[in-house]
Amino acid sequence: MSGEAGPGTGGPEIEGAEIEGPQIAAPGAADPKAGGLEIRGLEVRYGPVRALRGVHLAVPRGAVAAVLGANGAGKTTLLRAVSGTLRFHRGAITSGTVAFGGSRLDGVPAAAVVRRGVVQVPEGRRVFARMTVAENLRAGALGVPGRRAAAARERVLELFPVLAERAHQRAGLLSGGEQQMLAIGRALMAGPSLLLLDEPTLGLAPLMAARIADTVRQINAQGTSVLLVEQNAAMALALAERAYVLEVGEVTLSGPAAELAASDEVRRRYLGIGAPETDRPVGTDPGPGHERHERTRLARWTA
Amino acid sequence: MAVFLELLVNGISVGAVYALIALGFVVIFKATEVVNFTHASLLLAGGYVIARLHPLIGFWAALAAGIAAAALVGALVEFLILRRAHVGSRGVLAIVTIGVDILLTTELTRRIGTEVLALGDPWGDRVLRLGPVTVAETRVVALAVAATLIVAFLLAFKFTGWGVAMRAAAEDAETAALMGVRLGRVSLSAWAVAGALAAVAAMFLCVFPTPGLDRGTAAAAMKAFPAAILGGLDSTTGALAGGLIVGVTETLMSGYQSELAFLGRGIGDAAPFLVMIVILLLRPSGLFGTKEPARV
Repeated sequence: MSGEAGPGTGGPEIEGAEIEGPQIAAPGAADPKAGGLEIRGLEVRYGPVRALRGVHLAVPRGAVAAVLGANGAGKTTLLRAVSGTLRFHRGAITSGTVAFGGSRLDGVPAAAVVRRGVVQVPEGRRVFARMTVAENLRAGALGVPGRRAAAARERVLELFPVLAERAHQRAGLLSGGEQQMLAIGRALMAGPSLLLLDEPTLGLAPLMAARIADTVRQINAQGTSVLLVEQNAAMALALAERAYVLEVGEVTLSGPAAELAASDEVRRRYLGIGAPETDRPVGTDPGPGHERHERTRLARWTA
Repeated sequence: MAVFLELLVNGISVGAVYALIALGFVVIFKATEVVNFTHASLLLAGGYVIARLHPLIGFWAALAAGIAAAALVGALVEFLILRRAHVGSRGVLAIVTIGVDILLTTELTRRIGTEVLALGDPWGDRVLRLGPVTVAETRVVALAVAATLIVAFLLAFKFTGWGVAMRAAAEDAETAALMGVRLGRVSLSAWAVAGALAAVAAMFLCVFPTPGLDRGTAAAAMKAFPAAILGGLDSTTGALAGGLIVGVTETLMSGYQSELAFLGRGIGDAAPFLVMIVILLLRPSGLFGTKEPARV
């Protein structure tokens, strides 16, 4: 472990003394493999309002990274900065860089970001409600040659068979869970190397949320990197290898997801695990029995 | 009965031209959700180029030049003005198009002056007699061309990538961009296509039995506006239906003007707007306009 926050790493490292629970792993331990997403010193403003400040974040190729944070922490802004959609909200990157696969994404229009293999599933699904399910999927493949689109469609329908059953139904008439599947499926039609997921389980029943989590695992297993923004911290930490906590536009914690899940700070603020566990002194080992108890509780959250 | 049939057939053929103009409104609305009030001046621009060039290069070449010129003017309006008008509301953009229309129409009517410009079409004043009904050949051609173009656009919106991109961009521009849709290109192409359609419509509006292109042609083009609205601004089928309803209503009301004298003069011009109001009261999205689907 190292306390040094190197360039292109997981952002400002929090010293063990500043947080409760076990010390978070050094970002150097998760240096991105070549070709992943690298965000360095990112600052974003909406007019006079600074929404992100000095954010460092990395998603190595083939990995799942999670971003946790309360409402208004800057999670969606972070994804907008990557996907090139800040201009739709009158926002702009004022300093720092966003790079994927070695090429810069900051200042690149959204459609060009998609062509570079980075595709975002927006918060709230935002399926094209007036179009059918099949047309929504086609919209996702507009920048892809026909043969690749056909292969992508096959993969998506294998992942979400319900979309084949609903192919000719208007997307606005699908249930929330089906709309989320369509939103993810539509994004996969472009064959992304990196999938940005903004609150994919928001407003979904626990069973459906668990199903979406399984799907994210499957997508990742097929080689797509994932940057997951989630308020359901238990689910996000269970899925991710590395996690970041955003607070008021800054990364305040970062490290391997398992270590973040074990930290009192994260447990108390984001996992809703109560005071008794957090009362123990910083850095103390809760013991094997305690760990088993925590894991049971986490598992219940993700079910 | 023969009078009624003749008015009906003529109404349908005039309606086909209105449908072409309405289709231009629909194409832009489908791609950008902006109501385009510049359409009348695009039409005037296309007609003006055809009228000025046909003595020099012949009718068909002049028609092609008119279509290209109107498409170019449409694309320029989008590229130079609308794309740079950083306003959040599409309503404000619609008002910007009114301003652009006033500017373009003022310049074009200044150039036209008091002249009535012939377009040099090959159909002349020939008429077809179908039993008791007499109809101008130009109107039959207009009907055939409008029907062909509307069917082509209907299929294009449904089945081509361009059509899907347009509909996606109109429904949610940000999400369409997230799917890789190049919004600028979609919007530019929509304006160019609308301009081209306006030029074709201008040609049919200004040939027999109309004497030619004059400064009032732009006002005639605005009659297609209720056609687009009552058909449903985002519906290709609606453009056809709306155009036909407006054309038939206007022709019948004008044809029976003497019997309807108690309604005053000019009822033929007012009737399409009355029909539009009644239809919108009954169906707020127009006859074929899309209602936002929602689960209940």
